[in-house]
Amino acid sequence: MDHYQKPAVRILILAALLILTAVVLAGGFVLLQNMQDSKILMTLFAVIWGLLSVALLYYVLNAVAQSMPRRIRSVTVAIVFAGPAILILFWALVLPTLRSLRLSFMGASGLKFVGLKNYAFAFTDPIMLESFRNNLLWMFFGTLSCVILGIVIAVLADKSKREKLIKSLIFMPMAISFVGAGVIWKFIYAYKGEGVNIADIGLLNAIVTAFGGQAQAWLLIPFWNNFFLIAIMVWLQTGYSMVILSSAIKGIPEAINEAARVDGANAFRIFFSITIPTIMPTIITVTTTVLIFSLKLFDIVRVMTGGNYGTNVIANEFYLRQFTYGNSGQASAIAIVLLVVIIPVLAYNLREFRGRKTLK
Amino acid sequence: MSKTNQEKKSSLGQFLIGLVLVIIIAGWTIPTLGIFVTSFRDSKDIYGSGWWTVLPHKDLVKSDEIELPSDTDPDTPITIEGVTASFDEWRQGQTLSDGRTLRWYGNKRSRKIEVFQEKWIGFGANLTLQNYRDVLSGGEVSYQDAQGNTISRQGNNFTDAVLNSLAVSIPATVIPILIAAFAAYAFAWMEFPGRRPLFIMVVALLVVPLQIALIPILRDYTRWGLNGTFVSMWLAHTGFGLPLAIYLLYNYISTLPRDIFESAYLDGATPFVTFVRLVLPLSIPALASFAIFQFLWVWNDYLVALVFLGDKNRVVTSALAAMIGEKGQDWHLLTSGAFLSMILPLAVFFGLQRFFIRGLMAGSVKG
Repeated sequence: MDHYQKPAVRILILAALLILTAVVLAGGFVLLQNMQDSKILMTLFAVIWGLLSVALLYYVLNAVAQSMPRRIRSVTVAIVFAGPAILILFWALVLPTLRSLRLSFMGASGLKFVGLKNYAFAFTDPIMLESFRNNLLWMFFGTLSCVILGIVIAVLADKSKREKLIKSLIFMPMAISFVGAGVIWKFIYAYKGEGVNIADIGLLNAIVTAFGGQAQAWLLIPFWNNFFLIAIMVWLQTGYSMVILSSAIKGIPEAINEAARVDGANAFRIFFSITIPTIMPTIITVTTTVLIFSLKLFDIVRVMTGGNYGTNVIANEFYLRQFTYGNSGQASAIAIVLLVVIIPVLAYNLREFRGRKTLK
Repeated sequence: MSKTNQEKKSSLGQFLIGLVLVIIIAGWTIPTLGIFVTSFRDSKDIYGSGWWTVLPHKDLVKSDEIELPSDTDPDTPITIEGVTASFDEWRQGQTLSDGRTLRWYGNKRSRKIEVFQEKWIGFGANLTLQNYRDVLSGGEVSYQDAQGNTISRQGNNFTDAVLNSLAVSIPATVIPILIAAFAAYAFAWMEFPGRRPLFIMVVALLVVPLQIALIPILRDYTRWGLNGTFVSMWLAHTGFGLPLAIYLLYNYISTLPRDIFESAYLDGATPFVTFVRLVLPLSIPALASFAIFQFLWVWNDYLVALVFLGDKNRVVTSALAAMIGEKGQDWHLLTSGAFLSMILPLAVFFGLQRFFIRGLMAGSVKG
């Protein structure tokens, strides 16, 4: 747009734009800090300021890049486009990984080198061993239930006339926070105590007593309480695996099923000999996603039991170490352990990605 | 003959499939229905009976009271209306031949018998919005427990929590989209040094657990005085959301036809103009998919809010979690708070489900 201007004028305009951007960024920030009293006004301002300053930043940086000599212009523009995202990724994820690694060899306040002491804690402390055991329960039973239920519902719903409605209802918990789900399920597990003629307000106890059983404080039963927590994750995540698996099942050409039927295969035979093998890659994808999810799980345990009564998990212990015991060394070691467990998945993703013809 | 057999078999199959589906759907919807119904019930009712009792059902309804003579000895068998039973049996309740149930009220000294009759009830529901008013209020609220005692509590100021959640989620959704769209366009259609390794880094970061980043970022925020501010949440969520955003948008933008970029270039449009005028409008489906994804994730997030916002500026999830900790038995407040925290994500979810599912598909990293 300013191709015909003199260089001096152009530099002046660019400098003015840069100063303007800085003023908008800094001024907005200061203003925002002083607006905490009026929430509605602040939210509105935050949205407008946030968007405006990001847009302005790109616009000005692009103008600077466009004023570069033709030889390096296209590379500069590319750097302006990709640069902010790369910078944020480095600050938010790449560098923190290295910094956590360093902290994991340091003491509680991150100043003194303690060698492998934090890792010794992470792998031998009784509370960590309990957390590992529980995470294995989550990963095995939680993932298995999510995937199997997901397949079953996807196949059954496929045969129903109200497929869309059914899938929506199963999928709905995906929109609910784990904390919200915590309230929902705490209410189901509610226990009012022993006594004569106390009405059960928890659904599970009402069902159990209706069938002649004894009301229980479900979340306090050692070992089995883990499964009552895992049920919450299954409730939340089955919708995800169902949706993904359902679309894979629909991708199987009807002609193959038809041919099998002509050859005399019944519904079960078709399911195990055609459907399952065909959607195997999708099953693996869904399984790894849910596995990672159950490994990092935090909210449900935090809200339901706080990790007490033998229900602790690794991610909750991470939180406790950092924020209750103030030991960033132990917390960082736990975070590194989480990362190391995920590395095989990460490597698999990368190999898959290299196999594809993207970014030639 | 064989055909009718086949039909019979398939209709039985259809019935079984229908039955299994009904059971599964009941399991998936009744939990949410439970707190939805409870949130509209009177606090006194919530503690006295299960939420399912709002449905019409047969139950014992108190119809009368009998005062026993003051010289009745509760330690010997007592005869009332022709039935003889011990105190403990009376306390459990005895059913008479005419269908009435008699039950001892309170302790031994009360000498009062309540008479119950089985009746159909639950047609006139006793529903209220008071729970919502209480949980939204920041002032003192009072309610009645099962025994009818009035209990006073400090309200939870959920109004503030909802506004805080909005102040966190909207910018934390919009900002990463813009940044990621620029980057995705650069990765898809521009040449620059390090393009391939940097994109591989993005793919690798997709599965990195965010626990690994929390402590170092928290240290930065402490140094910069950003702890507890909304800006800290926007920055963190932008960082954590970017890998998926770039990946999703790259997948979409890289499939746009090459012709449109060439003709734009021939018309003398700079990459910036091409991006704003062509790429952004054409990518709206992908942008919408990620926007819904990110909005639901930020709105429902608890861990990041807990770490960076703490008790200052509580968002709905941390306000709700705090309520569970402080008032674990105040079901009238918990259920209405939980439902308030769900309204917006559920509306977004049901309104824009198509986009959400598309994002989910594109996001699952597969070959």
